[in-house]
Amino acid sequence: MGIFEAILLTVITAATPLVLAALGELVTERSGVLNLGVEGMMVMGAACAFIATQQTGSPYIGILAGIASGAVFSLLFGFLTLTLVANQVATGLALTILGLGVSGMIGEAYVGQSGIKLPQIVFPILSDIPFIGPLLFRQDLIFYLSIALVIGVQWFLFRSRAGLKLRSVGDSHSSAHALGINVIRTRYLAVMFGGGCAGLAGAQLSLVYTPQWVENMSAGRGWIALALVVFASWRPWRVVIGGYLFGAVSISQLYAQAFGVGIPSQFLSALPYLATIVVLILISHNRRMTLINTPASLGKPFVPDR
Amino acid sequence: MRIELERRPEVSRLYSILSPFIALALTIFFGGIMFLLLGKDPVSALYSFFIEPLMEVWSLHELAIKAAPLILIAVGLSVCYRSNNWNIGAEGQFIMGAIAGSILPVVFYEWHSPLVLPLMMLLGMLGGALFAGIPAFLKAHLNTNEILSSLMLVYVAQLFLDWLVRGPWRNPGGMNFPETRTFDPITILPEMITSGRAHWGFGFAIIAAVLIWFMMRYTLKGFEITVLGQSERAGRFAGFSSRKMIWFSMLLSGALAGLAGIAEVSGAIQQLRPVISPGYGFTAIIVAFLGRLNPLGIVVAGLVLALTYLGGEAVQVSLQISDKPIKVFQGMLLFFVLSCDTLIHYKIRMMWFDLSDKPVGEVR
Repeated sequence: MGIFEAILLTVITAATPLVLAALGELVTERSGVLNLGVEGMMVMGAACAFIATQQTGSPYIGILAGIASGAVFSLLFGFLTLTLVANQVATGLALTILGLGVSGMIGEAYVGQSGIKLPQIVFPILSDIPFIGPLLFRQDLIFYLSIALVIGVQWFLFRSRAGLKLRSVGDSHSSAHALGINVIRTRYLAVMFGGGCAGLAGAQLSLVYTPQWVENMSAGRGWIALALVVFASWRPWRVVIGGYLFGAVSISQLYAQAFGVGIPSQFLSALPYLATIVVLILISHNRRMTLINTPASLGKPFVPDR
Repeated sequence: MRIELERRPEVSRLYSILSPFIALALTIFFGGIMFLLLGKDPVSALYSFFIEPLMEVWSLHELAIKAAPLILIAVGLSVCYRSNNWNIGAEGQFIMGAIAGSILPVVFYEWHSPLVLPLMMLLGMLGGALFAGIPAFLKAHLNTNEILSSLMLVYVAQLFLDWLVRGPWRNPGGMNFPETRTFDPITILPEMITSGRAHWGFGFAIIAAVLIWFMMRYTLKGFEITVLGQSERAGRFAGFSSRKMIWFSMLLSGALAGLAGIAEVSGAIQQLRPVISPGYGFTAIIVAFLGRLNPLGIVVAGLVLALTYLGGEAVQVSLQISDKPIKVFQGMLLFFVLSCDTLIHYKIRMMWFDLSDKPVGEVR
């Protein structure tokens, strides 16, 4: 395997959690809910996936635990913002603070244990294609899931009736309500989907990226995923482009550090965060484009009148 | 079962006062359950978490030391949040303020003058304000989301501090430890009263809280903040500029976070290290909400959250558990505060059986 292939493989591994978390948040935001708790759900997913894997010995049960914990955890956010109409920004922050706290507490006994890496699933014949084969057909289940989810979400949002309803809830909840769509139920489901995806992204971190549990191991990826949704202007396939670009940036700084470029490592580590800001500026400086793309009801609470 | 909300005709005064207390009670109750799940006696755990730190003079001083940065930061954040500017990067502004203020005692360590300390405080405020100026500029002029940009800058500030104390600012006589030279006594913030360690940072916090309370309540600026926060459109009709408000609120909160940073470093730590804050900038968000975005409420809330830090340290010693429950407590508290705030604007009805015969969305 050439060095170029090796680099691309690490880019894919670094990009997959970003793509997954951003994709989930995209669906949540398309329904008009801004959940800033991605970081918290992700780190919960990472902790629960790792713990379940260590307890059962099966990383596949770990994946399920990751998804389930993210989805259940997101229900807390859903209950507060949808049922009790609490402020979405503040509740999202609360979810992140609580997630970092709870995951640190339940994961404490597992710090330093070496985990079980999620095995590769090799597609016969396809994996023998030079270059593409090892990159795309010799991967783990979570990578395949991420690709399937991108295609699935793109189809769901823009080709299915349920997706149309979800988008209408996000663009004008009063009109959707008047048409008989259950706004709150739709948003609950969208929030849970976002939570499940963030949990799956977390599971990727503790089962594939670095198969171990470290406190705060999401390291701001949840926030980068939130920025990715803006970057992607709420379109699934652009999430893939953005996710892989960010994966490349975070990997390039690792390689630069390894090859001893004469820049202090701290400056290189700051690159992904600075890149996020630059990208946000580039995407949002055009006010009109931002206004067209953003779901019109994003972040606005809805109380059905009766 | 279904939960229904009915909007109150006017804001409930009773619950505006009661809701933070209900939230605290719920947090303590569920905190007890958490200790039970950890296999500890909940009563003695809660006692050493919330009561023990209040029993001794020295720990009251520690309480003031921990409350000072929380109150200073949260008071600034309350202005931001009231005007609908979501600065969540106070942790970074705290660090940059600490760095800017430390220029004098670290780089110009040979300069001894009574002017040094006030200049340090000013530089700290300047550093924090300039760092908050970045998301302010990006939001006001380039339409960039301030939540994400201010948060990303926290990581940048942490890495910058890490580089400084391991690189150019490392103590030349410090056996290669990643820390700066210790500050000269003349650059150390003095104690407020002689009975203990609590330094003037707490005094700054109280002064800032009273000043901002006065501004919010009695000045046109305070009215402008409230109006623009509730409805940007209404504010525009009144001739208020939301762009100027972004600058004002972000710079103010940045300056206060920066002051908190330099006061903490100069008063409590007395040198720079790779990590100078146990997350004060984020905990201050909880303080701001627990204080219901009211500067005087924030003083009380700051003391409560400072108590969770002290209590966390106390249970580590008395029960042999880690410091992790601190963050869980803080997270739960914010959750309960936010849910109890619903009671202020809505009546909550539990519908155990669905008796309503009205179809959803029926026009009255």
